[in-house]
Amino acid sequence: MNEERYVIAILVENQPGILTRVASMFNRRGFNIDSLTVSATEDNQYSRITISLTGDESVRSQIIRQLRKLYNVKEVKVMERDKSVYRELALIKLRNCPETRQEVLSAVDIFRSKIVDFSPNTLCVEITGETSKIEAFIALVEPLGILEMCRTGVVAIDRGCSYLNSETSL
Amino acid sequence: MILTGADIVVETLIEQGTKTVFGYPGGQVINLYDALYTRSDRIEHVLTAHEQGAAHAADGYARATGEVGVCIATSGPGATNLVTGIATAMLDSIPLVAITGNVPNSLIGKDSFQEVDITGVTLPITKHNFLVKSIDKLADTIREAFAIAKSGRPGPVLVDIPKDVQVATFPYEPSLVVEKKLPKPAKHDKLKAAVQMIAESQKPYIYFGGGAVSADISEEIIALADKIDAPIGCTMMGLSLIPVKNPRFLGMEGMHGHYASSVGQDEADLIITIGARFSDRATGNVAKYARRAKIIHIDGDRAELNKNINVDLGISCNIKNALQRLLPLIGETKHPEWMARIEELKREEQEQFEKVTAKDRITPYALIQEVAKHTNPDTPIVTDVGQHQMWVAQYYPFEVPRTFISSGGLGTMGFGLGAAIGAAKATGKKTVLFTGDGSFGMNLNELATAVTENSPLVIIIMNNKVLGMVRQWQTLFFQKHYSNTDLHTRKTDFVKLADAFGMKGYRVNELSEMESVISQAFNENCPVLVDVAIYEDEFVLPMLPPGGSIEEIITERSDQS
Repeated sequence: MNEERYVIAILVENQPGILTRVASMFNRRGFNIDSLTVSATEDNQYSRITISLTGDESVRSQIIRQLRKLYNVKEVKVMERDKSVYRELALIKLRNCPETRQEVLSAVDIFRSKIVDFSPNTLCVEITGETSKIEAFIALVEPLGILEMCRTGVVAIDRGCSYLNSETSL
Repeated sequence: MILTGADIVVETLIEQGTKTVFGYPGGQVINLYDALYTRSDRIEHVLTAHEQGAAHAADGYARATGEVGVCIATSGPGATNLVTGIATAMLDSIPLVAITGNVPNSLIGKDSFQEVDITGVTLPITKHNFLVKSIDKLADTIREAFAIAKSGRPGPVLVDIPKDVQVATFPYEPSLVVEKKLPKPAKHDKLKAAVQMIAESQKPYIYFGGGAVSADISEEIIALADKIDAPIGCTMMGLSLIPVKNPRFLGMEGMHGHYASSVGQDEADLIITIGARFSDRATGNVAKYARRAKIIHIDGDRAELNKNINVDLGISCNIKNALQRLLPLIGETKHPEWMARIEELKREEQEQFEKVTAKDRITPYALIQEVAKHTNPDTPIVTDVGQHQMWVAQYYPFEVPRTFISSGGLGTMGFGLGAAIGAAKATGKKTVLFTGDGSFGMNLNELATAVTENSPLVIIIMNNKVLGMVRQWQTLFFQKHYSNTDLHTRKTDFVKLADAFGMKGYRVNELSEMESVISQAFNENCPVLVDVAIYEDEFVLPMLPPGGSIEEIITERSDQS
């Protein structure tokens, strides 16, 4: 079976425990999550959960069907790569020393990321982009010594006049 | 009308058609019990011995009727005692509403006395659950709980109500019974694809499960089988939907299924699956399951399609509607060779049965046949879990839908007595409980409930003084290491036990006594228990070893000569 990475967007009613319900379904059915984010949406009745995961077609369809069975879940959609924008943000703290500084600065420049903190011994890079870009940057700076890192996980939105909430229109 | 929360709960239950609730009082449901007290002319409460018994009773009530069963427990231990019962209902898709009290909102999260996060605990074993934090949502939440429990694929819903919500007051407006939402009708092109596959099949096999019982489609299944000249098999959860005497019916397939049913399914070239979920107990080794067949899967739950088995055509829909629309689209066909093969398999099955079934002792088969002489077609037949359950599933001559009441998916030992009390209450009919000495030992405290209610139960204990099903596996797969399955050291006298609970008990030790004692037991108009001694090494046969395929089917004992 072909394992692929894909992103699912879920629109859920703003009810207590809804994140637990969604997360618990993944745990109970043995599906692994690569990243999960929850955020506010344009409508305060709903929150949006974005999950990125890896699996084959049968896992993907099973996940979507199980999600649709949960009460408080309004919409579930696989965000297709060519029809949506994916973004993720990472904060990466690196050693700040004269030997590697130039290398870090040029990596930051090439990846169009930016330095958001600079101290005598450390510097912190903020990088935004698709997961593949962030991973390429991490691979590049890893030999220079990553002291600490955190990532938001993927968020995704449809391109053009297509919306997660099927009731939304232009 | 301004009412307290507790009153609103009970009024809403009555409004939603609840006639009987099963439960146990406690600190955080005192208000609720007061509301039940003042409405005892409109709603009956059955006090069980333990909350688990209440959950199983509500479940048995629901299985016997298709109505939503309701149980009530207090916070903390009361609520956690419901857990096994709720999980049992979840795995078998039984509509259940469980109502629990909780500590007041102000004490939630402080590890207060008898506080448990029961919505957290039951999250994976309920279809949905609610914590009602304010009284303005109380009535609508209970209505929604009923709607969820009975709509689509049914299941249990828990409503947790903090004490302060029961005490508060709010206007109550009566409402209508909530509608049961059915799955959407099948798409026409899917049905046409099914017609095509049926037309191409030479060896069709119809296979149904608990979803078919829930959708009440015995007539449609028989009509389909007659029209396409196919045999019918089922899962354990499907039992009682099709009369056993129907010549097309081969019985349950799977781990302890009938030989003809399991082998017939394996040899089929098309399996028309209706409301079944391909559980591991039904399929064995999935890689070898139904290798020769195309599979059509018609189910009310879309998530069941391609979950356990990949199918050739999945139709997620209202299954009754789908079958009713499918029938006129298919032509009448005959498959004489296939049906002759099925007859041959039935003969082989009969020969195997004759070979392994003793005549000179009380066999489970003989006992079940003896009991069946005294029952009516609509007598609820309840079981616990283990060997006795499989024997009843294999041998009892079911005729009427919903007369077989048994814990399938979860396999809950201790389910039977509570469920039998619930089924008897729901139907008002004499109800038979087949149990084993192991299962019965788990929740026999509910005899107290049966006596209080004067439930018309005939409890048949198949007493082999061992945990027979596990022992069977130990015999076959663990070199007869009978680890903790021998109950001979227990000196429980079930007849004295019956007496202690204030009911009648009988004992059958010899085959010669069986007929008269069973007959006596059925003449009683009160709960009665019959302790029947059976051979400790009686096997459930045939058996597909767990994860095995049809070639590995065990049809006779090889460990004995």
